[in-house]
Amino acid sequence: MRAQQGVSRLHRITAFDCVVILILSLVTLICIIPILYVITASVAPAQDATASNFRLLPSYIDWTAYQYLISSETLFRSIGVSLFITVVGTVINMVLTVLTAFPLSRKTLPGRRFLNLMIVFTMLFNGGMIPTYLVVSGLGMLNTYWALWLPGAISAFNMIILRNSIQGLPEELIDAAKMDGCGEWRTLSTIVLPLTKASLATFTLFYAVAHWNSYFSAILYIKNTDMWPIQVWLRQIVMEAGGFGDTINDIGYIPPQSIQYAVIVFATLPILLVYPFVQRYFTKGILVGSVKG
Amino acid sequence: MKPTAPPLAAERKRKRWAKFKTFIPLYLMLIPGILYFVIFRYLPMAGVSISFMDYYPFLGFTGSKWVGLKHFERLFSEPLLWQLLRNTIILALYNIVLFFPLPILLALLINEVRAQKFKNTVQSILYLPHFISWVVVAGICYNLFSPTAGAVTKLLAGFGVTAPNVLGEAEWFRTLITGQVIWKESGWGTIIFLAALAGVDVNLYEAADLDGATRLQKIWHITLPAIRSTIIIMLILRLGSFMDSGFEQIYLMLNSTNRSVGEVFDTYVYTAALINGQFSYSTAVGLFKSVINMVLVLGANRIAKGFGEEGVY
Repeated sequence: MRAQQGVSRLHRITAFDCVVILILSLVTLICIIPILYVITASVAPAQDATASNFRLLPSYIDWTAYQYLISSETLFRSIGVSLFITVVGTVINMVLTVLTAFPLSRKTLPGRRFLNLMIVFTMLFNGGMIPTYLVVSGLGMLNTYWALWLPGAISAFNMIILRNSIQGLPEELIDAAKMDGCGEWRTLSTIVLPLTKASLATFTLFYAVAHWNSYFSAILYIKNTDMWPIQVWLRQIVMEAGGFGDTINDIGYIPPQSIQYAVIVFATLPILLVYPFVQRYFTKGILVGSVKG
Repeated sequence: MKPTAPPLAAERKRKRWAKFKTFIPLYLMLIPGILYFVIFRYLPMAGVSISFMDYYPFLGFTGSKWVGLKHFERLFSEPLLWQLLRNTIILALYNIVLFFPLPILLALLINEVRAQKFKNTVQSILYLPHFISWVVVAGICYNLFSPTAGAVTKLLAGFGVTAPNVLGEAEWFRTLITGQVIWKESGWGTIIFLAALAGVDVNLYEAADLDGATRLQKIWHITLPAIRSTIIIMLILRLGSFMDSGFEQIYLMLNSTNRSVGEVFDTYVYTAALINGQFSYSTAVGLFKSVINMVLVLGANRIAKGFGEEGVY
């Protein structure tokens, strides 16, 4: 990027460049190989899984594990549950975060200092797992998805970053909207939200990934296994060998590993599908501003 | 409204009301947020009072007996506290020594790449693991390192090497946990350093070129100083979260053989309370952790301000 035209003749490819590229290629391979291996191992036939020697690529492609999973209703139910939790949870997160950040961005709001202090203090000290559990259970939210949505509805950190970026907007814009007779709700929806689109997209992504990936709140609050998201189901399969041992059924013998690999693929698929579309935000540095605060 | 001239006090009151009235829509917006913080953040803070009680769920908050410092006396007299502290501190040290420098090194390397396409590809791939869940990471590890059918076990066996039981043996636990963090977060960790590097003045490098500086000299004298304050801040922040060992991750890798080195505050609190029913004692353990945590965060923040940085709070 820097000064490439001016001193380009100095920039021939040197041994230094080769070393850098070599190291980075190696690191990148280490990073991606486990992911690729999971995908290839999920379509490996039983003979590969039970063989004693290591194979990077399957001897042939075998979809049995997928056929088996697709025919089980647990897979689609848990994916559906995860999607539902993620979508509703993220909407709740975003609405509450925006509705808290916008008023607090107004320097003239009476009581603003107190509310800010109150929110910052929650980042320093928290009641911990058990008192929170007792509050959730006292509200009758055990075994409901509310227990997954409400206890973490606002990330104080995200809210403060969003508040700061709203504060960073030119004040004249908000004043002008007022002159035009916009109420606060109109100002929020027509001026502030469009101008903070990049931060909003970033937070939506962070909240959504957190919901999709979380498993512990579901273990803590939800006992009804029909309501389990895919991550909890996967954990069950992997750690407690519950759900599946060696599976012999009408499709034939399926080693537990193949099924685990296939469930891992399903549990990561939405992320892999969305990732190419959102990752350009990182390289463009939009995330950078929000990460930095 | 009557057109009579109001007394001065009433006039002032009406003006204040008129001013307040313009803020009503903003207060309305704040209601859900305030409710959230009061119910899910402050109510649990009040709830730590059960650590001074013998709380039983069937007796409820009002029916349970106050017992003063009983649970804290027990906590400070048991070897458990030292075990939890030791495990937490050693894991944090592993993390700081083995993981913390890696994003910096990676950022320096990425910064040296001139081929833009290669750079973008590397960054996209390195950021990806950050978005993968701990359950999936654990699932991959269980399948790669399984002593019977794991891919790594088979691969090593192919070279005539017997793979150690990474999942079962206690002495591998910290390496395993730190390794997972390295794989998942090293790439993502570069973002903040690359951001700092984007602001470096190009002229510095050109001047160094004219002086005949080598690439390594430029890294040492220009690039590293440019991210020095970011490194210091990240280190201070890391120290502030010393007590957070990564509960979701550790809980997945914990088993009966590695519990002696793997048990940390949060995992203990969960098992003691919700599996063994010791609500009050485990809340006392959790409260101890929260207080230490707060002291560390405030201390770290003070130090950050001492370095002339903005601080977080």
